[in-house]
Parts: sequence; C-alpha cells; structure tokens
Amino acid sequence: MSTTASAMTTSQRRLPGRSPSKTVLFVLASLISLPLLVVVFSIFNPAPEIWRHLLDTVLSEYISNSIKLMLGVGLLSLILGIVPAWLTTMFRFPLSKQLEWALLLPLAMPAYIIAYTYTGVLDASGPIQTLIRDLTGWGFRDYWFPEIRSMGGAITMLAFVLYPYIYLITRAAFINQSVCSLEAARTLGCGPWKVFFRIALPLARPGIIVGLSLVLMETLADYGTVQYFGISAFTTGIFRTWFGLGNSAAAAQLSALLMIFVAVLVYVEYWSRQKQRYHHISTRFSSLVQKPLHGYQAVIATIVCSLPVIAGFIIPVCFQMYWALLTYVDVIDSAFLTQIWHSVLLAALAAVIATALALFMAYGKRHTASTFTRLAVNISGMGYAIPGTVIAVGVMLPLAWVDKMVDSYFRSHFDVSTGLILSGTLFALLFAYTVRFLAVSLKTVDAGLTKIKPSMEEAGRSLGLSEFRLLRKVHIPMMRGSLLAAFLLVFVDVLKELPATLILRPFNFNTLAIRAYELANEERLADAACPSLAIVLVGIIPVIYLSQSISKSRPGHEFNA
Amino acid sequence: MNSTLELKNVSVAIEGCTILDSISFNLTEGAIGCLLGPSGCGKTTLLRTIAGFEQPFEGEVWISGIRASDKRHLVAIEQRQVGMVFQDFALFPHMTVKENIAFGLAGLSGRHRKQRIRELVDLLKMDDFLNKYPHRLSGGQQQRVALARAIASRPRVLLLDEPFASMDIGLREHLAREVREILKQDGITAVLVSHNQLEAFAMADVVGVINDGRLLQWDTAFNLYHRPGNAYIADFIGEGVFIPGTVIGEKSVETELGIISGSAPLAALPGSPVNVLIRPDDILHDDDSTMTAVVHKKAFRGAEFLYTLALDSGTQLLSLVPSHHNHPVNEAIGIRLEIDHLVVFPPEA
Amino acid sequence: MKLMKSKTPELLFSSLMIILVSITFSVTADESDKVINIYSERKEELIKPLLDRFSETTGIKVNMITAKGDALIKRLEIEGKNSPADILLTTDVARLYRAKSLELLQPIESDVIKAIVPANFRDTESTWFGLSLRARVIVYARDRVDPEDLSSYEALADPEWKGRVCVRSSSNAYNQSLVSSMIVHNGLEVTEDWAKGLVDNFARRPKGGDRDQIKAVAVGECDVALVNTYYLGGMLHSDIKAEKAAAEKVGLFWPNQSGRGAHFNVSGIGVTRSAVHVDAATRLIKFLLNDESQAWYAEANYEYPVKSGIPASATLQAWGDYKADPIKLDQLGQHNAEAVRLMDRAGWK
Repeated sequence: MSTTASAMTTSQRRLPGRSPSKTVLFVLASLISLPLLVVVFSIFNPAPEIWRHLLDTVLSEYISNSIKLMLGVGLLSLILGIVPAWLTTMFRFPLSKQLEWALLLPLAMPAYIIAYTYTGVLDASGPIQTLIRDLTGWGFRDYWFPEIRSMGGAITMLAFVLYPYIYLITRAAFINQSVCSLEAARTLGCGPWKVFFRIALPLARPGIIVGLSLVLMETLADYGTVQYFGISAFTTGIFRTWFGLGNSAAAAQLSALLMIFVAVLVYVEYWSRQKQRYHHISTRFSSLVQKPLHGYQAVIATIVCSLPVIAGFIIPVCFQMYWALLTYVDVIDSAFLTQIWHSVLLAALAAVIATALALFMAYGKRHTASTFTRLAVNISGMGYAIPGTVIAVGVMLPLAWVDKMVDSYFRSHFDVSTGLILSGTLFALLFAYTVRFLAVSLKTVDAGLTKIKPSMEEAGRSLGLSEFRLLRKVHIPMMRGSLLAAFLLVFVDVLKELPATLILRPFNFNTLAIRAYELANEERLADAACPSLAIVLVGIIPVIYLSQSISKSRPGHEFNA
Repeated sequence: MNSTLELKNVSVAIEGCTILDSISFNLTEGAIGCLLGPSGCGKTTLLRTIAGFEQPFEGEVWISGIRASDKRHLVAIEQRQVGMVFQDFALFPHMTVKENIAFGLAGLSGRHRKQRIRELVDLLKMDDFLNKYPHRLSGGQQQRVALARAIASRPRVLLLDEPFASMDIGLREHLAREVREILKQDGITAVLVSHNQLEAFAMADVVGVINDGRLLQWDTAFNLYHRPGNAYIADFIGEGVFIPGTVIGEKSVETELGIISGSAPLAALPGSPVNVLIRPDDILHDDDSTMTAVVHKKAFRGAEFLYTLALDSGTQLLSLVPSHHNHPVNEAIGIRLEIDHLVVFPPEA
Repeated sequence: MKLMKSKTPELLFSSLMIILVSITFSVTADESDKVINIYSERKEELIKPLLDRFSETTGIKVNMITAKGDALIKRLEIEGKNSPADILLTTDVARLYRAKSLELLQPIESDVIKAIVPANFRDTESTWFGLSLRARVIVYARDRVDPEDLSSYEALADPEWKGRVCVRSSSNAYNQSLVSSMIVHNGLEVTEDWAKGLVDNFARRPKGGDRDQIKAVAVGECDVALVNTYYLGGMLHSDIKAEKAAAEKVGLFWPNQSGRGAHFNVSGIGVTRSAVHVDAATRLIKFLLNDESQAWYAEANYEYPVKSGIPASATLQAWGDYKADPIKLDQLGQHNAEAVRLMDRAGWK
C-alpha cells in the first residue's frame, strides 16, 4: 500500500486542459440539468399566499413525514442489503448460490405494485384477516393486526423493493475487497464479527453510501406508494398543491425545495467520500474461500438471506399469479404484446443512452478541471430524487420553447407550420428518462471508473492511443461489469417508470407500467396482475444476468473468462 | 552528437503554483539521464512535462528535433513517441502479458509485431509468463512487462518514473543495472526519476539533481560526487561533513586538520572563510599517523566500516575504513588526509 | 485526438437528427378531418370501447393519450397553439373549469348538444359538457347501521358518528368537489366546522381508494363511508369473491334527499383552443351523447347517463331513484382550491 499516496496525488492531477470532449461534455451536462433548473427557477414566480397556507397547515407534516420515511427506508434497506451481501460473499450454506442472485429479484418489482399487492393481502378485508375472523369468530375490533397502510407499512414496502441497490453495490464491494486485509485482520485476533464491523464494513462504506443515496433519492421521489397509503409526504404535497390548489408554480417551488434538500444530501455524500478514498492498489489477489456453515448456523443464514426475497418477491408474485389466473383471458391480447414491446424498446433505448452518457460524463469529469462542467455533471445526477411528473414538466417547457422557435421561424420564412417537433415524441420521453435516471448510471459508472488508476490512462496515452481509443480499448473492457450494471439498472428502472411515461408519451403509446397503473388505480387489482407480472418477468431477465456478471467480477477471475 | 531530448528554460505550474523553474538540459541519443531529488522536488512533474501530461508556461521541450511543448503548443501525448514506465507499472489487468506488450504495436503488421514481441521476450526473459495475467506475476516480472510494453514501439525517449520504488532494496541496484544493460543494448534514450542515488549512479550516464523546482547540476555521477556545484549537492550526494577553514592561497585552505591543497584554483579570495567538504574516503585510517580522532559511532557495511570520528575540538568526521580494522567506540585511532578534489563553499550566511 | 474533435459532436448531432426526423414524421398532426386527437384523464379501459365504436361508425381515427388531468392540462398549456390535441376528456368538473380558466378550451355552439346536456352539467359558455354523472353517496354496514339514522352529508359530522366514518384522502377530486358544493350551499365557515366535525368522526386516517372504504365498512372498521357509486358497482361485479362479498355487505344511501339532493360530479369533455379537427370533435361529442353511448356508461362503469330517458341498467335500478343537487357545476371548479385549503385547515389528510 506504499503507493497509495502517490496514486492519490496523480489522480488529483488532470491531463492538460485541452480535452477535446470538454465542450461537448459541458453542453450535454447543461442540457440534462436544464429540466431541473427550469424547476428551480420557478422560485422567481412567487406564490406567497399559497406558501402562507402551506406553512400554516401542512408543510411541516410533509417534511417530517418525508424525513421519517427516509430514515426508516434507509435503515431497513441497509439491514436487508448488507447482511445478506456479507453472508453470501463469505459463507457457503444451503441455497447460498441461488440466493446470491435471487436477492436482486425485488429490483424488478415496482413499488406501487408491491404496495397494492400487500394491501390486498394484509388489509382488513384481505384473505389473511378474513381467515383470522372466520377461524376465531372475532369481529374487526377484537384483535390487533399490523396496519399495512401506515408509515411503517410504506417504509417496509419501499425497503422491500429498494434494498437490492444496497445489496448489489455492497456485495460488489465485499467481493472486491482484498482478501489480504481480511485475513490480516483475522491473524490480528479479530473474530469474524469483528472483521465484519472493523474491516469489511468500513472498507465497503463508499459503496454502501452510493447504494443508500440511490435508495433515499428513490424514496423521496416515490408518489404511488405514499399516496395510496395516505401518507402526506413531500411528493404528495407537491401534487396536492398542483392538482388540488391548482397552483403549479407553488408545486414547482416545493419541488425546488426538494431538490435543494437532495443537493445537500449529495454534497454530504460527496464530502464523506472526499475524506476517505480507498484506492485498491494491491496488484495481486488471492481468491476468496467461502467458509461452509453447518448446523443451526447454516439454517439461520439461509433464513436471513431468503427473507428479503420471500417478502420482496415471492409473496407478491404468488398473489399476482393467482390474480392473473383469474383475469388473463380478458387482459392478454395483441395490445398487451405491443405494450411489452413498447416497454422493452423504451427501457433498452433509455438504458443505452443513460449508460453511454454516464460513461462520457464520468470520464470527462475526471479529466476536466472546469468547475462549471463538474457542477453541471453533478446537477444532472440529481433528477433521481424528483418525481417523474415534475421532471416531465421540466422537460416539456424547454422542448416546447424550441418547438415554438422553429415553428415561428418556418411560419415567417416558408409559411409552413412545423407544429411540435420535439414535444410529445419519444425524444421527449427518452430525454426525461435520461434526466431522471442518469444518477443511477452515473454513480455505477463512476464507481467502476475508480478501478482504473490514472497511471493506466497515462500509460495508454503514452503508448499512442487517442483519448477516444483509450476509452474503447482500456476503459470499456475494464469497466464492462459496471457498464453492464448501469445499463441493467436503468433498464429495470425505466421498465417500472410511470409518471413521466404517462404524460410525455406520444399518442396511442402504451406500456406495461401504464397498463398496470391504470387498472390498479381503478382499484382493479386482479386485472392489473397480468401487466404487473409482465413487468416483473421482463425485469427479472436482466437482473439475473446482472447478478451473474457480478459474481464473475471477483478479482483474480480471468477477465477473458 | 544530436540531442534526442532537449529542455530549454522549462517552467511548469500546476494549479497556479510554480513547480518547475527554468529547467534546461539535453540528452544525446542513447544516453540515460536520471533526475534525482528528494520527494516533492518536482522531478516527477518534469518527467510528466516531457511526456506531455503537463504543459510548460515558459520554455520549450524538444524531442528528436521537434518542438514537442511550449506554452502555446503541445504535441499530443500519443503522438510524441515517448514510452513510459510507471511507478505502479499500470499494467492493464484485463490483458495478458503478451497483449499488454502488443498494446503499443497496433501500427505494425502481424509479422513485425510478432517479431518485435519475440525480441522483447528474449531480451527480458519473459517466456514463462507470456500468457499470464498481470496479477499473477511477481513484482520483478511486472516490472519487466512494463518495460517491455514501454519500449516495444521503440520510443524516441523512454521515461521511467521511480521504476524500482516498489522493489526491495537488495533487488533495486541489480535491476537498475539489468535495465541499463537492456536499454544500452537497444540503444534507447531514457530519462529516469529517482530519489535513490545508488540507483541513479547504477543506471544513468548523466544525473541531474533537482531541488525545489530547480535543476542544480546536470553532470556525471563522478562529478556530482567529487565536484558538486554547491553545498546542497555536496550534502545530498554521498556522505561527508563540512569543516570550517580559511583560504590561504590560490589552491590551499587551512583547517584544523592542517593545510589542504587541491589541484584546481579556488573560487574564493585568500583570507576568506570557507567550508571544506570532507568525504569519508578522504579520511584514511593510519595507525602510524600522529593525528588521532575518537570513534564516536560506527556502522558496519560489509567490506567497510563507516566510522564517525570526533576531533578534540568536537568536530566530527566520517571515515570509510576496511572492515578488518575493527575499533571499539571511544577508542582513539590514527587518521590521515588524502584529498584529491578540494571542494570549498562560502559559509552559510 | 484530432479525429475526436471533429467527428464526435458531428456524429452525435447527426444521429440525433435522424432520431428526431424519424419520430417527427410518425407523430406530426394529420391535417385531414379523418383523425382526432384526445388527451384523456379517463382511463383507456373506460373510454376506448366507445372510441372504437366511434371510429367504426364514422371512419375517423382516434389517437389518445391518458394521464392525470392536471398533467394533461399542463401539457396543453405548454404546447400552446401547437398542441396536437383536439379534445380534453376529464373525470371531474374542476379540471374542465381549470382548463377553461387557462383559456385552453373553445366554445362549441350546438343546439343538439345543449338540448341533451342539462344546463347545470355544462359550461354556460359551452366550452365543456358533462358526459356521464358520478354520484357521491353514503354506504353503510347493513348489519350495524339503520338507514333511517342517515340523512345528509352534513349529519355525518354529528357526534353520534364518532369513530364510525371512513373517507379517502382530501387529495381526491370527488371529496374536493363535494366540499366545494357545500361551501356554495352552506358557506365557508359552516363547511369548515362541518369538516372539522367529520375529521373528528373518522374511524381511521384517510387512506386507499373508494373501494377500500367500502371494504372497511364491510369488515367493520367503520360503519359508514363516502364513496362514488360506480366503485360499488364494480365491486358487485368483481372477479374476486372477497370483493363481491364485501360489496354485498353494504347498503347505498342517497343523502340530502329531503333537501338539495345528492352530490353529482361529471366526467366531461371540451374542445381545445388549438383543435384543428373541430368538426370531428363535435361529432365525437354528439356520438358520446347518443343513447347507445350513454347506456354504455351505465353498463360498463355503473355511471349515470347525463342524458335523460336512458333506461337504467339493472345495477343502477337496484340503487333506486335519487334527487341530484341542481348546483351549476362550474361553481364547484371555482371553489376547488378553497375547498382544499379548508380541508388542510380541518386536518383532513
């Protein structure tokens, strides 16, 4: 580790400030920040009366509920994510190989779907409570049963589907940890628990924080679950102000407030990473030997690791399947197949764009010293915390402005109206997805990029490679795992995305998520089961693939394998 | 002879802070130069400036008769034809040794590429691990791969950034000599950065001492040792002590060790006070000598002892004595002066 | 590097242009009158069959987007005069009112339409028309509540209902329109007191949709609930046995029958100011108001036809006759924001 110091100093230095892609990078980052800035600029359109009302009545509740939600979801996701990540990395126990990838499955489950499903199951009129009453003859008020539609319920639902972000990144961090430092700790007299808390966890901290920040941002942006559970969180407040009070300016200002909050979070995360930087320098690895567990230890490990999968995936899917069996005859038709195609098409396109942009931006950010560019890149990674509908408005405004300009130009010069060129097209939709999900790909790619030491880039350059070819021959092959992860995470996220899709899509363009939502929102849970299951099924395939590529990324694994 | 590498008054700043101040030197074809200095002196920045990773705000870098850098122009790194060996080797972990070496040979035809790789493999004895991945190799093996990769495309200048820093000390000098052999065999012009003078002396034809962003002296190792340009170099290179003295003639100085005369005229006027550099090899142990000094400390160096001796006045001297002369601490031993190169500096203000 | 400088932005730009052009051609508004573009707040499932029939009978192709009403209004507003939308379909009157206030709708003067839609269910200036009626009623637990004890919305705030009332969140448009109507009838202060009393009587924090309120009444979590009738209809015909069973446990009560009548909202339609297919749009409105379509609303979604003289479906018949509040619906839209603030103050989540 003697080279750590010099690796750090070189990483702070940059190549001479003539990166050809710098301008492009700045323009791209600014473009992606634009919808978010549009939201922020709403501050200059004051709505004092509404704010007076909000402050007097509901704002404090919105804020406190959102904070409670974040704390709860954050904590539960950490537990659900880290513990299985450690167990499946370090030990071998029954089903551990299967659980390794199964733990990622809830990623494919949209939060609002799991909320609807669990409500249908656990609600007072659901099968479980009905069974209790039938068996005992009790009335509703004669027994206690946990209330699903509560703060606790919302926290649980969100954590069930969001913990995989933490699991995914933490597990990758555990796998990449030098076995040496773990073994060194053992020889220094640390027991396995102590190794976990004193060595593995602190070493994995940057990864854990990245995962946690994704979870928290997603929690803040959630609307479907909190709205259905009747929790007045910040997002419900935004939409209530917009829809109910009819004041979209004040709603945008609430969103801006949310963004400022997120900016603080992002800064705290950035700051915490600045303080500690772990470059893994050792050039040699010994492969990790998983310790087999026996007896009750094995049983406990299996149970602990399967609980998140059962709760976040198997139970909801089982009920979905039951409902789907009741309704598939009416729901599955040619339009349904078109919806699958649309969903996959959008998800794949958006994932390609977001991953390519993330690579370009993360790489560019590393090589440019311009404060503005770095700021723009950082802002463009914040869309993940903003509700999709708000982003949609932020996307529509500038696009419509461009359309208007083009239209009036053509009207005055050629007497032709071009109408809307950008608004209401797939372009607008893909733009919104990029704004919304760039954070996911950017963080994943950024993490992958730290694996490439600056000296490797310099070596490539000194061996005669242009920046572009360097990216192709060194970065992309070395970061294959991270790029794949970024692609798949965005793919799954877009597959589940609802609000932006709903409002920005072109005419007659339906997706699985829209279909599932429209039916579930009409409180037709059974009919919503088929599209929901289809989302999950389409999402599972990349999730499994992703998991397998992570297992392979273990250092010491031959890269060509 | 043509200069393969020439720096003219190169000054470099990083983030507004001047790191290198008006550096000039040149290196003829096939010569090996070493930039020597304590950590943080700017030597790595100088290497990176030659490579094109940094741009000077003043001065020029010429490589093989082409102006590679000045404050307005910067030939792109990949077009400079410089090879570089990094401190951490920076081998590509996703490529085998062979692929790593072939990396810079994309311009060659398949046959020529194979041939060149063969040459390098023979030169650097890499047969055993040619198809392995870097993380399977020992430090020495990785080093050879890094070197092979850097020289594969026959760069105009090879740059080596502390290439032996991660080796154990015993191996360093040996490797340095080995690398020198290889470079000489291939006729490669090279610049090495080091903070270790033994490594520098073992490998380089010319050594430049850098301190605080300035190139203090660009000279052969012998001259740096025996004719240091200033007190800093005298102190930095090799061992030795300064004792006060007074100039009494054109070539003579009077000290408490007696009158010392050199072969060349001194720069100081008679009567002026000076500090005289006394190297350990200037003080010989001689039992017959009338001049004695007390052993204060001693360090065993295999063939020799390095004695720290104290004169009656309290002035300390160093002396290199063959190791069969084993004297205990506090014993007074006879010493004799034998100074070939008289080096004096004005006393510090 | 030079290659990069020139080609990357160019490549990016040209590929973007290709994408744009290809998308543009597929979406550019068709100027012929054989097409009509709809922004619909009504879910596809609950309007598509009618639109399909419209296309069949008229040969006019229908393009549609469904989304939340206010989001659609925002989209209309942003797109301005370039908006491709001809029609805005909403599921409540406040959205229509808002679209009209933002000058997004144009008047359609048609005596035929005016003759069908009663004056209180359409805009005075003919910018929007109600298509189907949605009644907000009280449902009660048949086994625990005597319908004789029920009378009006107002009476639900009486102390005898403490801990017995279920209703969904005040973010719901139908709660907002109900409270708006009460502000019009009873004044702000009285209504606020009523809302506070109602909140006091809540059996639980508002959550879920209308079906959830019905289920809560069925299992005994509360005794009465405020819901829209068509949700009860949907449950009575549900594929899920439990839902059906729950619906059968509750009774439907028409409130305020001795006074102004039960609260009705509408799902409605308006022609946008940017519409280029005004004729087709007018034809669609008339089509949606014909007997067959009107009957469909009742058959498919258990809503009440806006047109009188349509024979009621069996489900609607079973719910009996009712007296509807004759309030001019645009007044509901006017007071919507006021209603929301009132509910915020009353602590109605």
